[in-house]
Amino acid sequence: MSLREALDSGRFAITTEVGPLKGTDTSEILEVAEILSGKVDGVNVTDQQSAVMRLGSLATCAILVEKGLDPVFQITCRDRNRIALQSDLLSASVLGIKSVLVISGDFPTLGDHIDAKDVYDLDSEQLIWTINRMNEGYDLAGNELQGKTDLLIGAVVKPVSDTEESFELQLAMMEKKISVGARFFQTQAVYDVDAFEQFMRRAEQFRVPVLAGVIPLKSAGMARYMNKNVSGVFVPESMIADMAKAKDKTAKGLQVTARLINDLKDLCRGIHMMAIGWEKKVPEILELANLA
Amino acid sequence: MLRSEQKPFEEILGYLEGENMVFILGCDGCAQASQTGGLPQVLEMKGRLEREGKKITGYKVVDFLCQKALVASALRPLEDRVMESDSVLVLCCGVGIQTSAAMILKPVHPGCNTINLGGSRGEWRGSERCMECGDCLLDYTGGICPLAACSKGLRNGACGGASNGRCEVSPEKPCGWELIYARLKETGRLDMLKKFVPPKAWNKMRPTPEMLSTSVWALEQGDGSIQEGIE
Repeated sequence: MSLREALDSGRFAITTEVGPLKGTDTSEILEVAEILSGKVDGVNVTDQQSAVMRLGSLATCAILVEKGLDPVFQITCRDRNRIALQSDLLSASVLGIKSVLVISGDFPTLGDHIDAKDVYDLDSEQLIWTINRMNEGYDLAGNELQGKTDLLIGAVVKPVSDTEESFELQLAMMEKKISVGARFFQTQAVYDVDAFEQFMRRAEQFRVPVLAGVIPLKSAGMARYMNKNVSGVFVPESMIADMAKAKDKTAKGLQVTARLINDLKDLCRGIHMMAIGWEKKVPEILELANLA
Repeated sequence: MLRSEQKPFEEILGYLEGENMVFILGCDGCAQASQTGGLPQVLEMKGRLEREGKKITGYKVVDFLCQKALVASALRPLEDRVMESDSVLVLCCGVGIQTSAAMILKPVHPGCNTINLGGSRGEWRGSERCMECGDCLLDYTGGICPLAACSKGLRNGACGGASNGRCEVSPEKPCGWELIYARLKETGRLDMLKKFVPPKAWNKMRPTPEMLSTSVWALEQGDGSIQEGIE
């Protein structure tokens, strides 16, 4: 199973993600890789998520390749300049990594090394443009590569916004990202299906696969926390109430997530499940959603 | 003071594509001293644009274009001519371009790049900030600098982290890109959002030793009297 194949064939694509730990212990990643093997089309590996320093996305992707999975190398613009970014993309290619997801990256002050210098030498659009050039055999400066990359370029979009400005900017940037080389999108977590449908009505014209972001709900508290603190996440009150009154929160969370996936299924080309600690439950959720 | 240099004429013509009626603004402060936006340069620009077939609806050299109040009082008598124009070309530093864009409900084009002095000293600044990047982007962004207004300094659009229009990094300030969106919408230029801004030449942001040497460089280029001591 590979992400490119799923997208090319038009089959409903399923990706999920893993976050490396702080340190050299890879046992958790190996265990998750084992469980996900053969169950998903792609596995994103986060890149110093939330600006917290951890084991690298590149090395973790290489481990996943070895385990027979198709990793999506997440690469942020926050920590590396154009020299390091391009070098890591060449490294990814020789390590058998086929897909990359470009993000700007949370600001250092939101993480655990708040005094770090932020880089943003390139922004997301410029990095996508650069990778597209590398796929054509040239680096950013126009020099010819001895062996070009062949990376499937993904980008992110926030489908639900709290201001008109933000919503319109997201669509404009989606169009710009496509114009410079983005070939698929993974979205911020969606809970409000109607709002997502409104977004897709506008985004459909771009004819680029969109994988809707899904974060399984674990509790009403988690939903309220995200509503308050995570930009672009809006969990409807009815869903929060559903979670609050459940006796078995885990069972309810899995059930709510499966239902959500079913509601989203006809609106997009796939889902991207960010399980945040529930990585091992991903196959169970897919079964509940009849996607296994 | 802020040191500026005029953008290549071809680049300015590119900004003015499809526009015939242009109003030119200059500044009798630093831009005059930099010889980029004083009266002689404004008149020279007027002549060059006219030779390219543009109609110059008017021009004005304002004392300290960096002050919104001065921009408003200087332009009020010329309001009709400004408003009949397709756009306003500003020959000034990035601060003056941004104050003009903030005060005039018309597309405002930058005519100059602002050169880095390794830190600015001693002008009266309003809320507009110029990072002296040496390659002015204000034409793409409706006259609001993305390097200064966005916490991450992103050139092609928002990071997506804002909530209710507030910046994720510093919630006490607005998302710079939402401001840019609103400005572009207001001036009928939302198409600018689709334009790709290529990777930036950051080396233009590094001050040369000459620029670092003194803040009164322009004055020293004159008769040298400022160097003379009191005996």
